[in-house]
Amino acid sequence: MDPIRVITQNCVGCKLCVKVCPYDAVALTGPLVEGRTDRNTAVIDLGKCTLCGACVEACARYNAIVITRRTFKGQDVALYSGVAIFAEHRRGKIASVVPEIIGAARALAKERASTVSAILVGNGVRAFVDELLSYGVDEIWMIDNPGIGDFDEDVQSELVAEILLEKRPEVFLGGGTVVGRSLLPRVAARILTGLTADCTELSIDPETQLLKQTRPAFGGNIMATILTQNHRPQMATVRHKVMAPAAKVSDPKGNVVELNHIPIPKSKLEFLEFVEEKSATVNLVEADVIVSGGRGIKDPKNFDLIEKLALATGGAVGASRAAVDAGWIPYSHQVGQTGKTVKPTVYIACGISGAIQHLAGMKGSDMIIAINSDPNAPIFDVAHYGIVGDLFQVIPELIKRLDSTGG
Amino acid sequence: MKVIVCIKQVPDTTNVRINPETNTLVREGVQSIINPFDVYALEEGVRLKEKHGGTVTVMTMGPPQAESALRDALALGADNAYLVSDRALAGADTLATAYALACAIRKLGGADVILMGRQAIDGDTGQVGPGVAENLGISHVTDIRKIEEITDSRIIVERLLEDGYARLATRLPVVLTVVKEINIPRLPSLKGKLAAKKAQVPVLKAGDIDAEVERLGLNGSPTQVMRIFTPTRPSGGKKFTGDAAATVGALLSELTAAGISIRKSKK
Repeated sequence: MDPIRVITQNCVGCKLCVKVCPYDAVALTGPLVEGRTDRNTAVIDLGKCTLCGACVEACARYNAIVITRRTFKGQDVALYSGVAIFAEHRRGKIASVVPEIIGAARALAKERASTVSAILVGNGVRAFVDELLSYGVDEIWMIDNPGIGDFDEDVQSELVAEILLEKRPEVFLGGGTVVGRSLLPRVAARILTGLTADCTELSIDPETQLLKQTRPAFGGNIMATILTQNHRPQMATVRHKVMAPAAKVSDPKGNVVELNHIPIPKSKLEFLEFVEEKSATVNLVEADVIVSGGRGIKDPKNFDLIEKLALATGGAVGASRAAVDAGWIPYSHQVGQTGKTVKPTVYIACGISGAIQHLAGMKGSDMIIAINSDPNAPIFDVAHYGIVGDLFQVIPELIKRLDSTGG
Repeated sequence: MKVIVCIKQVPDTTNVRINPETNTLVREGVQSIINPFDVYALEEGVRLKEKHGGTVTVMTMGPPQAESALRDALALGADNAYLVSDRALAGADTLATAYALACAIRKLGGADVILMGRQAIDGDTGQVGPGVAENLGISHVTDIRKIEEITDSRIIVERLLEDGYARLATRLPVVLTVVKEINIPRLPSLKGKLAAKKAQVPVLKAGDIDAEVERLGLNGSPTQVMRIFTPTRPSGGKKFTGDAAATVGALLSELTAAGISIRKSKK
């Protein structure tokens, strides 16, 4: 049987499914709708269909499209409980995404009346225990061993997998960081469970008690809510700077469980060197204010203006793909679907028209200010405040005002 | 040097627009392209071959029409192409996709270097590369911005991180996912285009890759899409027009009224 089918007798030929399909896989080319001579029923092109379910959702009223699945055997769901997080760290510091994941984990654990545990592996990681406990973690599953390097992701993923198999949390979350999005897929492939990338919303479905994992796809054009029904743990990476960090607890009560019986494999990776990006204005992901320049900047030397405004606001410099592709500024500054996703308190878009790919990378910002000479630029649709005007006039004025009074 | 590049055919989302009335994706005129990040992976593979000899094989898993993406890749310098395609593979999530690709790679005798883009622009997950490596039991490094050095058994790469980059060495074989900084892809040559048109593109069916059937496609996918929806579209905020002094003044007083300062705090 095909995994997706149209129940012809239920189909009214309303075309809703055709409209919502992101893959152009549905067409009204089937037999005529019962009792009509002017309308045909829907047909799904299995070559194009990815079984995303958008049409099933759209057809909720008529129930004319069904997806049937018979998933390979999962883990024994009843054996799993609690929420665990990956305590990512590098170069002696807990990653800034970790308090955010703990915040999300605590909310989920509360719903499930369970606990939050942190998986902490590495060399000298004992130093992070107090900090983790201060965020309200109930238990730390720790392997502190000089044989585990910061960049030994093969070893780390193996150890994390072993810990998950032993401790059996029902949910396991990691950061949507470069490391998290490299390590967790490896863990999931090792223990054969589902993993949802870069979630922006997590909640417990009240009916099924499953983890609802919501994430953007198609460059933020659509959102998808994903479930992992029969496999455990339900794994997700969480987009940085989206979830509120966990509040510190006044009397940390959690305890540490050392898992030193798990053998440390030898890494195939060898760390040679870490080179910090020179410019302090590059770390876009952490910045509270970002000033970005786009095609409207017109010339590489005009990026000075963007840099000056960034300086006046104490912010970082971003850029649209157009500016990066033109070679005006390095790729590490690019904001958007194929660059970085940022969520600063204030995002100032200068001379950026607002292509959907750019919006995908910045529209989560708390406040968006757009400066553009074209009053119809799409950037104004997402901007909270917009100035229609010549940025070569507006930015110097803004810098002047910021450097003097108020702002 | 044997290189396999895994690519994905995706809708060209640069042309995707939202119909403001129906709040749905407008697909009219949206073309299928090679995932842009994969083009950089392919270019890097071709450069490895040009420098060190060997072959570049390009592979994709997808519906029959994904063959056109493979032909485009052949025109860009790949030596041969395989389409992993079967109805039994439809609906695969990243776990099932990584498994199927790993099976197909093993079936082709493996590779020294397996390259892919850091993520596909439709799904944006970036999970398949590490998954393939785990399935093959080899190491992987994501977000590579440079291959510094490669010998028969060892490779040194630069990996882009949030706050800089790391130089890492590892043994071959390895799976690498690349960022755009790694190179500037070439355009297809006329000769390449002609050759690509004539090339044979063998299809590997589910039964050809020595896979456990229950781990393929929808059945082999632990994750399941429960709901797809269009995010609510913001309606736009306040717009100021006029000369620079007036508009900037209006903006700053609005911000002050909202209790927001964009002025560098004096620490």
